[in-house]
Amino acid sequence: MENIQNFQLLWFFLIAFLFLGYALLDGFDLGIGILLPFVGKSKEEKDILINSIGPVWDGNEVWLVTGAGALFAAFPHAYATALSGFYPAILLVLFALIFRAVSMEFRAHDEGRAWLWEKALFAGSGLATLLFGVALGNVIYGVPLDYKMEFTGGILTLLRPVPLLFGVVALAAILMQGASYAVLKTEDDLQLRCRRALGIILWVNMATATVYFVVMAFIFPSLLSNALFYVAILLSMLGLAEILFSLRNENDQALFWKSSLFFLGLWIAATAAHFPNLIKSVDATHLGITIYNGSTTLYTLQVMSVIALIGMPIVIAYTFFVYRIFKGKAQARHY
Amino acid sequence: MDALILARLQFAFTVGFHFLFPMMTLGTSLVILFSETMYLVKKEEAYRKITDFLARLLGLIFVVGTATGITMEFSFGMNWSGYSRVVGDIFGPMLAAEAVIAFFLEAVFIGVLIFGRNKVSPMVYWLSALLVFAGGHLSAFWILAANSWMQTPAGYEITASGKIVLSNFSQALLNPSTVIRFFHTVMASWMTCAIMIAGIAGYYVRKGLHGETAKMMLKIGIILFAVTPLVQLSLGHLHAIQVIETQPEKAAAMEGLFKTTKGAPLYLAGYVDEQNEKTYGIYIPRMLSFLYNFNLNSEIKGLREFPKDNWPQVNLVFQSYHVMVGVGMLAIFMGLLGLFLLIKDKLFEANKYLYVLPFLIPLPHIAHETGWIAAEVGRQPWIIYKLMKTADGASVVVSANQLVFSLIMFFLIYSLLFAMFVYLFFKIVKNGPEE
Repeated sequence: MENIQNFQLLWFFLIAFLFLGYALLDGFDLGIGILLPFVGKSKEEKDILINSIGPVWDGNEVWLVTGAGALFAAFPHAYATALSGFYPAILLVLFALIFRAVSMEFRAHDEGRAWLWEKALFAGSGLATLLFGVALGNVIYGVPLDYKMEFTGGILTLLRPVPLLFGVVALAAILMQGASYAVLKTEDDLQLRCRRALGIILWVNMATATVYFVVMAFIFPSLLSNALFYVAILLSMLGLAEILFSLRNENDQALFWKSSLFFLGLWIAATAAHFPNLIKSVDATHLGITIYNGSTTLYTLQVMSVIALIGMPIVIAYTFFVYRIFKGKAQARHY
Repeated sequence: MDALILARLQFAFTVGFHFLFPMMTLGTSLVILFSETMYLVKKEEAYRKITDFLARLLGLIFVVGTATGITMEFSFGMNWSGYSRVVGDIFGPMLAAEAVIAFFLEAVFIGVLIFGRNKVSPMVYWLSALLVFAGGHLSAFWILAANSWMQTPAGYEITASGKIVLSNFSQALLNPSTVIRFFHTVMASWMTCAIMIAGIAGYYVRKGLHGETAKMMLKIGIILFAVTPLVQLSLGHLHAIQVIETQPEKAAAMEGLFKTTKGAPLYLAGYVDEQNEKTYGIYIPRMLSFLYNFNLNSEIKGLREFPKDNWPQVNLVFQSYHVMVGVGMLAIFMGLLGLFLLIKDKLFEANKYLYVLPFLIPLPHIAHETGWIAAEVGRQPWIIYKLMKTADGASVVVSANQLVFSLIMFFLIYSLLFAMFVYLFFKIVKNGPEE
């Protein structure tokens, strides 16, 4: 038993890592999708913004596919309960991601309807971000489950105030990922506008993060005696302060990492509050799905560990390599 | 309609739609790898233009494939949570491994292939073409291994509490149908793209467009078009033998064979009367037995050997299987005809043949869709052959009403995607390779 618990623990953190990777990387794609109508004035500017994510967004989305696959393989009960229980919400996430994905390609070839695909990109990116936050909020805050681990709530359960707060926090944080990446990839007037947008988004995040940490402390009083919670707050505040200084000094280089640092703080707080739960039950603790009652067998976890611990470093290495190829300011025309 | 039928319809529709795109991706990545290798070796501009043109097409194909593929990754949990809870141990790792080992590779380097021509050295660009090819094919391997495990499960144990757990990963991965299904499907994809590329280039050549580039493309397309259906014939043959041995009910349904027969016939076309358990049509006597092990009198098991509740929908399996074979035969003929014209040096002037070529582009899609229907409907009523019924795999908390709504939405959105895809595909083809 001792042994399998180590692997269950490992996989909790690996899955948290995979979804973090998704949030940070596809986060800036989604953020730019939402920012597009606000900072891109001309067609050329919109081309630049979309081209800044064009070569990398599909690789970034694979982090989500990997996270979902890993959840299926390590904790199939959590995968099955959440996706079937949150059916209408997941359906909307899928439609949003579909439109987000195809809109960029369709826009490039279908110039006459570019305006329509820009709206689809904006709506898809925004809706997906919001719903990811709401879904995460639900599993962390807790949902009604029966003794067979099945979800017994409805749509209104999913839209309770705390999960909605998670949605808003996610939206603000992802917007900051997008804005800081946009500042990095743009020049001149467009960059000026992105920087101004980041300046506003920064203060919005200051507010949403404060509410988030206070609400987390209220819902999970145990966090107050958990050192990680304070580390999380510190990292987030440090990230925000660094962005503020960078904006003052017009230093763009590390903006994206600073925004990611802020997100990391939010993520650590959520992970610390959630562990070892996968889907918390609102009614009775023993009905919840945890890493202990929701996992696959030791052998499967071992096989998966070998694949992940060899595979993911290689993935990260070539992802870095490809990002280096596309470093520098984005251009209006690529092909 | 009850929730189970709706869930099955939705899965069939979404995966059947998604399937169209990876089938175009694999073969296209093969031709890109070939033309880019030639460009690196011979430095002829025509090859570079072919790569760039196909990369543009691949961009469109890949994005619709990715967008509709995410649906599949989520659908097991959404609609088949009963199945997911039971097979997380075996099916889950294959999906996860697909993402880590294969899909990342393909998705990351396709960015370089589409956007990176002027940003990297020719060697790195070629390497990206190789990695997109490798990633796509590895991805197909993992997904088809997972699918094969549902057909011919292996490497598992059933615990006291009735859970199916993994006992040997390599046995589960390389179960009796994985390898042959992989090669059969990959060859179908290469054939799909051979006909697609030959069709597009045939149109250019007939209209006198894009000069040498179009002729080069047509040559590549025709050679591949002549070779792939023939290779597919032998792969299909081996796959059929595997089905007869490991899933005899499915094999019997494919040929509408009710009674166990020594010297079983092979139908060319026909109709299965499931009520009266009779099959009508044109057949070659003893041919099925002969094809099985080259013995005219070998015994093939009929459906009556198995309880009737465990039969698939026989006529549907029979018809889709025969459509697939029919298209395959037509492809062999048309491919060899093209090769003959090429060897006789008449291809570029063979206006009638070139006129027909573009109309063949949808044909391989019909073949792989019907082949897939035969394989999957032929597995029914099992979701995992002889281990779990499809009815036990569905999500209990998803209602029929929710499914009606989601099915309508998928239908509308995918119709839009399809219309846009076809429209933009034509547009890219019309713009053609760089002059």
